[in-house]
Order: sequence, then C-alpha cells, then structure tokens
Amino acid sequence: MIYRGEDIIIRTISRMLIPFIQLYGLYVIMHGHYSPGGGFQGGVILGASLILLLLAYGYQDAKSRVPEKLLTVFSGVGVFIYAGTGFLCLVLLGNFLDYAMLAKILHTDAAHARSLGILSVEIGVGMAVMAVMVSIFLDISTGGVLPGEEEEKQKTAEEA
Amino acid sequence: MILEQFPFLVHSAPALIIVIPLMFALLTPVIGLIRREWTFPWMLLALLLATLFSVTALQDVMRNGVIHYRMGNWEPPWGIEYVVDHLNGLMLVLISATALLVAVYGKKSVEQELPGKEVYFRCIFLLQVTGFLGIVITGDAFNLYVFLEIASLAGYALIAIGEDGAPFASFRYIIMGTIGACFYLLAIGYLYIVTGSLNMADLARLLPPLYGSKVVLTAFAFFMVGIAIKMALFPLHVWLPDAYTKAPSAVSALVAPLMTKVSVYVMIRILFGVFAPSFSISVVPAMKILLVAGIVAIFTGAILALAQKDFKRMLCYIIVAEVGYMVGGVGLANTTALRGAVLHIANDVVMTAGLFAVAGIINYKMREHRLDDFKDMFKRMPFTMAAFATIALSIIGVPPTGGFFSKWYLLQGALQEGSWIFVAALLFSSLVNVVLFFRIFEIGYGFHGDHGHSAGGDGGEAVAIREAPLSMLVPLMIAAATIVLLGFYNQALIGKIIQYAVPVL
Repeated sequence: MIYRGEDIIIRTISRMLIPFIQLYGLYVIMHGHYSPGGGFQGGVILGASLILLLLAYGYQDAKSRVPEKLLTVFSGVGVFIYAGTGFLCLVLLGNFLDYAMLAKILHTDAAHARSLGILSVEIGVGMAVMAVMVSIFLDISTGGVLPGEEEEKQKTAEEA
Repeated sequence: MILEQFPFLVHSAPALIIVIPLMFALLTPVIGLIRREWTFPWMLLALLLATLFSVTALQDVMRNGVIHYRMGNWEPPWGIEYVVDHLNGLMLVLISATALLVAVYGKKSVEQELPGKEVYFRCIFLLQVTGFLGIVITGDAFNLYVFLEIASLAGYALIAIGEDGAPFASFRYIIMGTIGACFYLLAIGYLYIVTGSLNMADLARLLPPLYGSKVVLTAFAFFMVGIAIKMALFPLHVWLPDAYTKAPSAVSALVAPLMTKVSVYVMIRILFGVFAPSFSISVVPAMKILLVAGIVAIFTGAILALAQKDFKRMLCYIIVAEVGYMVGGVGLANTTALRGAVLHIANDVVMTAGLFAVAGIINYKMREHRLDDFKDMFKRMPFTMAAFATIALSIIGVPPTGGFFSKWYLLQGALQEGSWIFVAALLFSSLVNVVLFFRIFEIGYGFHGDHGHSAGGDGGEAVAIREAPLSMLVPLMIAAATIVLLGFYNQALIGKIIQYAVPVL
C-alpha cells in the first residue's frame, strides 16, 4: 500500500525534478531512431517519473495525475501504434512493416519514410512501456486493489 | 473462397493471420472501457478473420506451393520470413478454428468463473492465439522463440486466474516453461555462433558440413530438451496436470490441446526443417531416443490416468500419453508413422479440445469436475454426453472416428520398423482408454452404486433434462462431428496435405 509521503524535502525535490525527468524521457524517445536511446528507454524514464510522483505523494493525492483507465488505454494504444504502423504499410499495398511504403503518404523518399516509421514505432513503444511500468508498480504496491476501489467494491457487494 | 478476388489479400494472408489477432488483442482493453459486452463480438471477429485467412493460406499452398512472405520486405536471411507449407498450413487452420470454437464455447463459463475479468481474459486469450499462430507460421528460429514466449506468458496468466491453487500450479509451470524456453534460446545462440544465421531454411543449408561440430550437437540437445519440456514429454510433464486441471474451463479447452501439439510441430520442424533427417537418424541416435521416450510416455501416461478421480486430471494424463504417440511416431522414422503422427496431431487437437469442453460443461453445471459428477449425466444432458461418447470412442480408437485411423498409421509404421514394443504400448494405451471411458459411461448411466434403490424410488425415476447452454453445446457438437469427418476423410487429408507435409524417409 502506498501511503501519503510526509517528507517535505522529498516532496519538494520530486516536484521540481519530475518535469525535467519527463522532458529528458521525451528527448530519449524522439532521438531513439538514429542515436542511442529509444522508445523502451524513454518509456522507462517517463514511467520512473510517475512512480516517483506516486512514491512522494501517495496514491490518493497523485491519482488525478495517473488515472488507471488512462494507463490501460496507453498500454493498449501504445503497442497498437507499433503494430498499426506496420499495418499501415500493408494498407498501402506493401508488405507488413515495410516502412518504405509510408513514403506514399509522407511525401518523402523511402529512406526518410523508414526513419519516420521507426520514430512512430518508438513513440508507441514509449507510451506502452510507461503505462505498463506504472501499472505493474500500482499492482504490486497495492496487491491489485487500489485504495478507494475497495470501498466501491464493498458498496456494490452490499447493493447486490 | 471470397478472398480470391483480392490477390493482395491472399498475398498478405501470412502477415494478416498474425497481425489481426495481435491488433485486436491490443485494442480489447480499450473497447472494454467503452462497453464490456462489445469485447466478445470483437474477439469473435478477430478469430473469424484469422480462421478465414488461415484457410485462404492453406488453399493457396495446396494450389501454388509453399508461400514465402517477407516481413518489411527485407530479404531473408537478414529479414524475418514467414513460410507457409502443407504442414504449418494445416496447423494454422487447426489452431484458428479451435480458438474460434473455444471462444464461442467459453463465453458462458468465463462469465460464471471469472466475473468482472472478461475484458482482460479476452485480451490475453487473443494474445495466446497470436502466440500459437506465430510459432507455427514463422520461418525464423529466433522469431519462433519470441512467439513461444508470447504463447507461454499468455498461458501462465490464463492458467493463474483459475480455481484454488491455480497460481501455484502456474508458478511451477513458469519455472519449468522458462527453463524450456531458455534451452531453446541457448540452442539458437549456439547455432548462430557457428552459422551466423537464424533463418530456418538458411540454417538447413549451412549446417550439413558442420554436423560433426560439438557446438551443433549441443545445440541439438538443447533444442530437444527445451521443446520436450514445452510439450510435456514424460518425465518432463510434471507441470502439466496441475496447470491444466486448475485452469479455467475455457483456458483448458484452448491451451491443453494446442500448446502440446504446437510443441510437437516445433519438434518436427527442427528435426526435418532445420536439421536434415539424416542427422537425427544416423549422426545422433535422436530418433531412437524419441521412440523410447514416446513408449515410456504412453505407458506411464496411461497408468497414471487410471489412478485419477478427477476428470480433468485424467484428461491431462491422457494428453501425456497422446504426446507419447506423436513423439514415438516421429521416432519410428518412417514415412507411414510420420504421416500417422501428423494426422494424430490433427485428430488430437479436436479430441482433447472436445473432452476439455465436456469437462467445462460438467464444471459449469456441477461447479466441480470429478468423475462422480458424471452421475446420471446421460439422462440430464443427452446431447452433451452423445458428443462426449463420440469423442471418447475416437480416443479409444474405434473405427469410424478419426482416432482409429491415426493409430492405424502409427501401428503400420511400427510394424514396418519391427518395433513391437511400440505396438504393445499403443494397444495397451487403447485398452486403458477403454477402461477409463467406460468407467465414466457406467457412472453416467448410473449403473453402479445404489443397487437397492433408496426407499420409495422405483429405479427409473425421471431426471429432468437440463442440457448445457447452446453456446457451449454447439461447439462441442461441432468438435464431435469433426472427429467423425476426420475419420471418413482421412484418405483425402493424407493425400492432399499430409503426404506433402512430411519428408519421405
């Protein structure tokens, strides 16, 4: 169970650091397709920033920033972007994952299209990794029942 | 088929078979957030499309020969290549059709056993099917490992949400399964060191001059042991009975028939597609070892099945014995037995899926699945039990059903090879199956116990017919009808597909 953090130093420092950590995470994602870095690494950094937020402030205070439904959507949609980019190539009458086909809609040459295709894959991977990391953290630290959810469940059980 | 008017779709079928269930699986949680009930038609649509494309791919193979599909248009061996030939074309159709039927069948039981978890269940279910299809379709040894892990991880999750004790059973499976997958990965690593290639066809071309190399021999040993764990070949089967007994009904009906059979497929593919048949026959005595392992698995599987009081657990040991049939059939190393083994894969998928579906229906009605729960079932659920009896006869190997013909080919193969002990094992296991299933028929007709009749009862007291829901009954009936049809059309299946699927030894 994550309790509300009481330490003012930790809370203040985290509040100051988190935007920079997230910016760095985005930077790593955006440069991943032609330099060291990438969707996974960037996603981990983004996820770590949210976990820091949860650790410093506790779930009750931080849940408006990390809504569980959004995490579900992100983890699904993130991987969907990954696979969907490949599928788009198929829709454009190429082979699956043949990013050169994206040149038809991006108005660039094949090499640039491949590069941009990988970028879109990295963005999808980053989203999914971030969301899944935070979900795993929440699941493990709360034993699968989020605070607040318990009361709701009891309420529905009583009604039934 | 309708799809033939769209040559591009036929060309893309190998990719679509994988991509459709995968993408549908990823969007399932999102759909579930909008409307929980929509996930069910959503999943059915994915599986229906996968089945459609699998059938298209198989037809294309039968008409125009082996299909090669390049992922990302990268030329093999650098890029990943999907290859559909007669063997995996048949497997694709089996997997996707079974998954479709189990999905329809599983709706009611999932709603009863896992209330509130349907959305995630359906998501992982689709991922599981994606894993199976991917293992079968890929022509790249490393890609196969990736799909093996997708299928296994989805399987661990699906099994762990079962009844009491399921998480523990699943954890044991994770330990065993991970060791198996690690061995497989190590084997690929060894082959990659000596050949620099991961493409199966390329490996088959590069390996023959290296057959003496100790690295290749080690890799081969790792392959065989790793896959043997995944297919639950005796004595590496210990994870299977617990895992498949405690899994939710719909999961046992999907995973129990497919995981073991897909692993047998991988073994056949490695023995004949990556290594040349001459390697495993003459360079190393692999075939002899497989034959012995198969015989031992048949005997022990049959004996252990006799000792069970739980229906699902009994089925699990029958699977252990059935794996022995297929491994032994491969180990006999002649064309007839090999055809029998592949035909038995097809039959066994249908039979075990059907039997686990019966177990699920019993569980749906009685909330448990012991043998005693079959009491009076012939009166209560005549249609379910009729289908059950048909499938049971096929497992025993009674002529008009499919099970007889695959056993017949295996027997002929064993006779050609002069392996009398395999013949004995087959006959012994068939006899044990007779005992196993007639015991259940006896319980089902209520012959045993209460001979004196309780006071006032006049014996033929009417038990009201309480059939299983149609959505569970119809897939079971289709399975029972299929196993009979597989028996009638076994010649056609062998002549049109299987004879091209296996090498002539």
